[in-house]
Amino acid sequence: MALIARLVSLAVLLALWQGVSVYADVRTLPAPSAVFAFILREAESGNLLFNVGVTLARVGVSFVIAMSLGVLLGIALGRSKLADRLLDTPLLVVLNTPALVVTVLAYVWLGLTETAAIVAVAINKLPNVAVIMREGARGLDPGLEEMARTYRFDRRTWIAHVLLPQLQPFMVAAARSGISLAWKIVLVVELLGRPNGVGFAINYYFTLFDVTAVIGYSVVFMSVMLAIDALILQPLDAHVRRWR
Amino acid sequence: MPAAAPALLTVRVDRKVYRRARTEPVEAVRGLTFSLQPAEITCLIGPSGAGKTTTLRILLGLDHDFEGAVTPDPNAVGIAMVFQDPRLLPWRTIEQNVRLGLPRERRGRDLDGLFESLALTPWRGRFPGALSLGMQRRVALARALALEPRILVLDEPFVSLDDTAAAGLRGLVVETVARRGTSILMVTHNVAEALEIADRLLLVSARPASLLANVPLDRPRGRRDRAFLEATRADLAARFPGVIAQ
Repeated sequence: MALIARLVSLAVLLALWQGVSVYADVRTLPAPSAVFAFILREAESGNLLFNVGVTLARVGVSFVIAMSLGVLLGIALGRSKLADRLLDTPLLVVLNTPALVVTVLAYVWLGLTETAAIVAVAINKLPNVAVIMREGARGLDPGLEEMARTYRFDRRTWIAHVLLPQLQPFMVAAARSGISLAWKIVLVVELLGRPNGVGFAINYYFTLFDVTAVIGYSVVFMSVMLAIDALILQPLDAHVRRWR
Repeated sequence: MPAAAPALLTVRVDRKVYRRARTEPVEAVRGLTFSLQPAEITCLIGPSGAGKTTTLRILLGLDHDFEGAVTPDPNAVGIAMVFQDPRLLPWRTIEQNVRLGLPRERRGRDLDGLFESLALTPWRGRFPGALSLGMQRRVALARALALEPRILVLDEPFVSLDDTAAAGLRGLVVETVARRGTSILMVTHNVAEALEIADRLLLVSARPASLLANVPLDRPRGRRDRAFLEATRADLAARFPGVIAQ
């Protein structure tokens, strides 16, 4: 039922797009069929796969870095009052710095390199992860803590069976919100200073005013990210909630 | 005779004060000393909020900030605890919950007999959320018994259970003492229940908690009829009207 509803809304969206494109200028809003034709052409030439692959790799690496550092930072902030007081202000500053500023500064300071691109994305995403994880670490069940102390859980047992299960829902939430944030920022970072990737391609076709290509690339990449969410992150979410 | 055996554990709390920033210090316990003997059920009875939980925390070695002493060191005696809310890990199965309570090297041990004796065998692979409160308490009891403790501490173990579930659990506790010679300390404010199963009652005053009386119940558990229970209760109510209602 839920799947049918989704498919219906997708079909309506496509029909609407097709309908409007009939009346619009071909150059500003191409028909869906034109976009799909472009996607096929670009796929055949190999450019599509290459650019999407490069961008996915950047999303993946920066996502892993931001998640691991953000989780550790968030747990520290949630567990230690001192850490929270010391780091709350810097965290707020980074949280409220526009992604564009972080990206420009990273390129200026680290050069127009792959490292700079990945650092920029990771720094943009890290504070969000840390803030979500801080909430999780603050809300640990004191009853279970006392139980764990009474039964003398060793550190490994405590981490694996008491701490992490309580943090898992927060981790999945951070991952899901984080991955959509990360790929949007990656495109900006690529547009500003990388010679390949989806962001680069979109910028390239933008200078040619090729709206078909711009929409084509974004449709493909959006689909890939939705697939990652549906095929990896949502099942993961269901898995960590299986005991409820 | 239990009274003649050397004490397993002696708890002496001269004074326990909670001090928190910006609030008046609260004196929770003042003068509470008792000993636990092997194969004996001791019931700690007192008004709610009387510092019973505080005393348990001290006894378990979780709270060291008090005047007095617990001898020998509670960490060396072998004490297991069943909390009032069962405090199981909801994301682990019943079996995992019981095994995780054991030290790492003993986690693989055979628990078939334990699960069987508590009628938990069909539930081993289920999550605690699928069980009633009574069954969850039973799992908490299994987790404590798996440690084969010398002292078993129960905090209001039969509260908010229906009569059948409470009676079933009570039977299991009594059987444990009989079979393993475990010493049981049970905190309760259900006097009727305490009179039925205890060997000894410790009556505690309202906050700050102090020991009012140490009352041995000499008649064996199986021979306590209604008349005995009523007479004992009336007698205690007359002597300690603040703790035991008529």
